[in-house]
Amino acid sequence: MEVPAELEKEIDERITHYPVSKRSAVLPVLHALQHHFGYISEEAVEWAARKLELEPIKVLEVVTFYPGFRQSAPGKYHIRVCRTLSCAMAGSAELMESLCKAAKIDRSGVTHHHPIAVGEDGRFSIEFAECLASCGTGPVCMVNDDFHEKVEDAETLLSKYRD
Amino acid sequence: MAAIKYLAGKEPHPNEHRMIFRNVDREGWDPSIDTYLGEGGYEQLKKAVAMEPQAITDEVKKAGVRGRGGAGFPAGVKWGFIPPNNTKPVYLICNADESEPGTFKDRYIIHQDPHQLIEGMAIACFAVGAKLAYIYIREEFPEGAAILEKAIAEAHEKGFLGKGICGSDFDLEIYVHRGAGAYICGEETGLIESLEGKRPYPRIKPPYFPAAMGLYLCPTIVNNVETLCHVKHILDMGGEEYAKLGTPNNTGTRILCVSGDVQKPGYFEVQVGKVTLGEVINDMCGGLKPGRKIQAVIPGGSSAKVLRGDETFKIKKGGEDVELKLEDIPMDFDTLAACGSMAGSGGVIVIDDSRSISWVLNNINAFYAHESCGQCTPCREGSLWMKKITDRVVAGKAAPSDIDTLDAVARNIDGRTICAFGEACSWPTESFIQKFRDELVASTNPDLDEAIVNPETELAAAHLAR
Ligand SMILES: Cc1cc2nc3c(=O)[nH]c(=O)nc-3n(C[C@H](O)[C@H](O)[C@H](O)COP(=O)(O)O)c2cc1C
Ligand code: SF4
Ligand code: FES
Repeated sequence: MEVPAELEKEIDERITHYPVSKRSAVLPVLHALQHHFGYISEEAVEWAARKLELEPIKVLEVVTFYPGFRQSAPGKYHIRVCRTLSCAMAGSAELMESLCKAAKIDRSGVTHHHPIAVGEDGRFSIEFAECLASCGTGPVCMVNDDFHEKVEDAETLLSKYRD
Repeated sequence: MAAIKYLAGKEPHPNEHRMIFRNVDREGWDPSIDTYLGEGGYEQLKKAVAMEPQAITDEVKKAGVRGRGGAGFPAGVKWGFIPPNNTKPVYLICNADESEPGTFKDRYIIHQDPHQLIEGMAIACFAVGAKLAYIYIREEFPEGAAILEKAIAEAHEKGFLGKGICGSDFDLEIYVHRGAGAYICGEETGLIESLEGKRPYPRIKPPYFPAAMGLYLCPTIVNNVETLCHVKHILDMGGEEYAKLGTPNNTGTRILCVSGDVQKPGYFEVQVGKVTLGEVINDMCGGLKPGRKIQAVIPGGSSAKVLRGDETFKIKKGGEDVELKLEDIPMDFDTLAACGSMAGSGGVIVIDDSRSISWVLNNINAFYAHESCGQCTPCREGSLWMKKITDRVVAGKAAPSDIDTLDAVARNIDGRTICAFGEACSWPTESFIQKFRDELVASTNPDLDEAIVNPETELAAAHLAR
């Protein structure tokens, strides 16, 4: 794992936001690494631990707790579909099903500890997320950092991410 | 000032009182500092830094503004809990985790009016003596985080943040800290642990009341986004004038978020207690879908106890006994509490008579089972059992007696945990059983009452037989 100088510079700047305790920078450091590499590898955990002068376990326990951190590679476009009440009432289970069908993703192997399913060609991956704080415009989902409301048609959504 | 125009199709309802959401969906409005300054932006901060900090807290106390994040605790009183002889640094944290299901208001403030929040935070920091503040924003708001960072940079450039703010000797830095997808980070002590770079395991209160022992064990004020925005308006109007908005002990405005089975879900800023639940549903949201009746309403985020559509509430108001129908409930803190629920985060979820109650409860239980932090046994185990039992109810594989088991599981959680998540996860189940027992029992199978139906028991039995 090679952390580019540019990324390390960004990370060093982030760490300055926590003048009292470097450990506070665990989340931002992990976010920066995940954003660049797609997921948090063992090496990334060790790198972050060295950077913040922590035992690697202190970083790993954070990675394994938060649903926002992944330990394996997602697709090029990672989809998060809200499954909580208001979106479920607006059809999020059906949306999940049609997205999986359109993106050729098999979710049968999904468990609590492995919530993400990746499509065969690696273009899309998908998981359910809890309430995304847009309950009035459900069903909602995120594709990478993009937010989509009142998503009706899976094909139309996916067609925005065909490159 | 010319009348404000809103985007076509996004005009506020005539019964709204837009203050915090004044600029949301506004024509020609953008989140830049120039736009904000063009309308008197940061004037209140300039005024504040020339005041005595205590005088600001006093105005906030007089205003009576109660926290908009969930618990409804008076903000000024909370600020007053910083120990008077404190010598440690003081921190302020804006809770922008917005993770309570049914709640979607802070996102619009952050996206469309970030400087209102920054000005409110800066005034609050001056009042409580904080020189370092964080905005803890949920990870799922990447755009919001970028907008806030840009706004902070702009405010810095103009001297509203940094050293010697507005010519005073007040210094302040605000940083944006992104969460990572865990609901428990909305709980203030879980949030603080998370900000310290740890798992967000909530701390036990006492002794860890943030105002006395918060971030890095120093006095820390945690307030919701909407609450902090009010601070600016309180200073502008004066606490006494502000307190004339809303109703006694339930002052000001608040933003209600309505979702679920209404024609037009959305957000509505109203004077607290000046509109009823019926007006919200029927007038502001255009009523229910054709031919439908209200089966249930969750009035303050999914943790709030459910109300039945056909229920009447006998409560005391001004010393008198009154009887209210669901539609007549004024949307304020005290009345909703008297009706056995809470105003919570302002997230109103409407459920019509087409919905299966067991399906609704199961969906809620799945949320809490996923989000328990796992520190306390009753919460960690109980939240999962409540989900598993309602899984079986939904699948028609539960016995009627399972509803009693479900009730017992819930009642063994609340009051027995480190943080209020225990109540948040058990109140839905307790209240759904209290109000909808017949509907839940109707989804069960009486033939199963005698049999071993619990898959775990079956597994254990199979294992023993081997
Ligand atoms: C499980 C749980 C989740 C919470 N989530 C949020 C949240 O997402 N946003 C929020 O502002 N407050 C949340 N709260 C309330 C906070 O703990 C805290 O009371 C609040 O941020 C204080 O701000 P206020 O007084 O301005 O409301 C939550 C509380 C609990 C118990
Ligand atoms: S009540 Fe639940 S969420 Fe709160 S500390 Fe205990 S286990 Fe964690
Ligand atoms: S329930 Fe989906 S955004 Fe809240």
